[in-house]
Amino acid sequence: MRRLNGPRPAGLARPRILVTTIALLFVLLALPQLMSLYYVDTMTQVAVYSMVALALGVLVGRVGLVSLGQVAVLAVGAWVAARLLFATSQPFLLIVLEAGVVTMIAGTAIGLPALRLRGLYLALITLMLAGGITVVLATVNFPNGGHGFLGYDGGLVHIPPVRRPSFAASDPAYYRFAVIIAIAMFALVLAHIKTRPGRAWAAIRQSEPAALAAGINTTLYKLWAFALASFITGVAGGVLAGAIHYLYSINFPTQDSITLLAVVLMGGAYSLWGAVVAGLLYQFLPSLLNNWGVSADWLTILFGLGVLQVLTTAPAGLADQVPRDLARLGRLLGRLLVRRLPGSRQRKSQPAPDPETPERVP
Amino acid sequence: MIEVDGLTVRYGGVTSLDAVSLTFDQGTCGLIGPNGAGKTTFFNVLSGFVRPAAGTVRAFGTDLLAMAHFRRARWGVRRTFQTEQAIEELSVFDNVAMVHEHSRLGGASRRQDVLDAIEFAGLDVDPESPDVPVRTLGAGQRRLVEVARAVVGRPRVVLLDEPAAGLPDEETSHLAEVIRRIPEHTGALAILVDHDMSLVSACCATTAVLDFGKLIASGPTAAVLRDDAVIRAYLGVEVQQ
Repeated sequence: MRRLNGPRPAGLARPRILVTTIALLFVLLALPQLMSLYYVDTMTQVAVYSMVALALGVLVGRVGLVSLGQVAVLAVGAWVAARLLFATSQPFLLIVLEAGVVTMIAGTAIGLPALRLRGLYLALITLMLAGGITVVLATVNFPNGGHGFLGYDGGLVHIPPVRRPSFAASDPAYYRFAVIIAIAMFALVLAHIKTRPGRAWAAIRQSEPAALAAGINTTLYKLWAFALASFITGVAGGVLAGAIHYLYSINFPTQDSITLLAVVLMGGAYSLWGAVVAGLLYQFLPSLLNNWGVSADWLTILFGLGVLQVLTTAPAGLADQVPRDLARLGRLLGRLLVRRLPGSRQRKSQPAPDPETPERVP
Repeated sequence: MIEVDGLTVRYGGVTSLDAVSLTFDQGTCGLIGPNGAGKTTFFNVLSGFVRPAAGTVRAFGTDLLAMAHFRRARWGVRRTFQTEQAIEELSVFDNVAMVHEHSRLGGASRRQDVLDAIEFAGLDVDPESPDVPVRTLGAGQRRLVEVARAVVGRPRVVLLDEPAAGLPDEETSHLAEVIRRIPEHTGALAILVDHDMSLVSACCATTAVLDFGKLIASGPTAAVLRDDAVIRAYLGVEVQQ
């Protein structure tokens, strides 16, 4: 008889929850106190792009649908949020959710080709659609406080900033707001993965015939994945609008979707932590290099090598590889230490159990 | 009962099933034939993966061809695949639960039904902790996960496509025992495709034989396996009278 978790419980889940809670409290409370405003702004963007990476991870890692249009979807979310923020006095949080819903509708339309296509062809189609959206946004421009449906006035001299919520007007407060929204989005995805849609997506990713034979409506679940990913990206767009205050179409170049896919693969498309790693790679690393006076253009080469390295040695990404390698290093150092201790020869004949080996109970 | 009438499937110029008419009555029935005979195509028609050029398929009075593929699974057509398709990312429990939650059954009995199916298939997992990841299982156990998926809840038709392919004798014997008990345990009609004649003989009271898309024999398994046309189809030689 095989058991995975033994008498399951609380015992094993508690340390993980405790560590996650401590990490979140540190990120929310301590980090803004320890960093300069430059890095606080950077970390706000990390929170935003972690949400975008999370959404792309749902598509690529969970359902096996490669989308190269995610940055364009982000731009749609930012546009809708900016328009509503200028045009109405609704609460910021409500507008962020509305941006998510509107983007969900647009993003699901982008996902329609996924019903017929997969792999390279789907990637190509989504890239083309993203290019189309970028062209439209470059033509109509982002709202800048003007009137009319588009809310853009080219003659404005003093362009008002996109407003923030009153309770998060300062940069550190807005950073905390962005992190809380990101946590909510991660929880939303986790709730999907652990339940019926997650199981259906896993089946679709591995074998569509097997999914159909299990009674899964693959069309519905693929569109569901696109809808969820677009909602999260739309919400991220809303948060981004408040973060950077002034929006321009050059902030959302089509090719950034390719870079985003690269960092998602590097971070780990199959895990939630991978999205956080991807957000750090995508936003924190360039800021760090800029601060050190190194051109961020080097990152294009670095990401290319990173994707190559990850795909050949760790398909589950850095979020999986780094803890695993650190654990191995720890075990190796532990063994070396034990060998050096007096009287260790007697104990050498009993090797330490490998924690990666599943437990077998007769 | 499944009644097939004039079933024809064409892939371009190749006729994979040629006006096949046959009836599967009850219990576990065999469907055999040499490679390329059209057995898997027949299963694919029943599952809805292939649209036939002509013909009808009625299962327990219901027109199967009128339903979308995933609706057939919900109605009760279950199957295993020639290349085993247990979902690696999921646990044993979730693999089976996934089928149950997309069936016509409610969620109240889900856990018990899933555990019953796992136990029926004889999977080597603890019922108290059936969340063993499928990727850690061997080939035989993964085949049994597929069988558990096929029998969970209340299937009406269970299609088994070479379930014993590549398995050692001991595991094949266990699988034979499980397959034999499917109709009695679930009330479903089971159809077994396999090249292992001892497995087919052990499990199936009746058997149909396809060759180059045509039905060449059907009837009690022992008689069918002695049929000259069947031996010719398998050996490719004339039989000495």
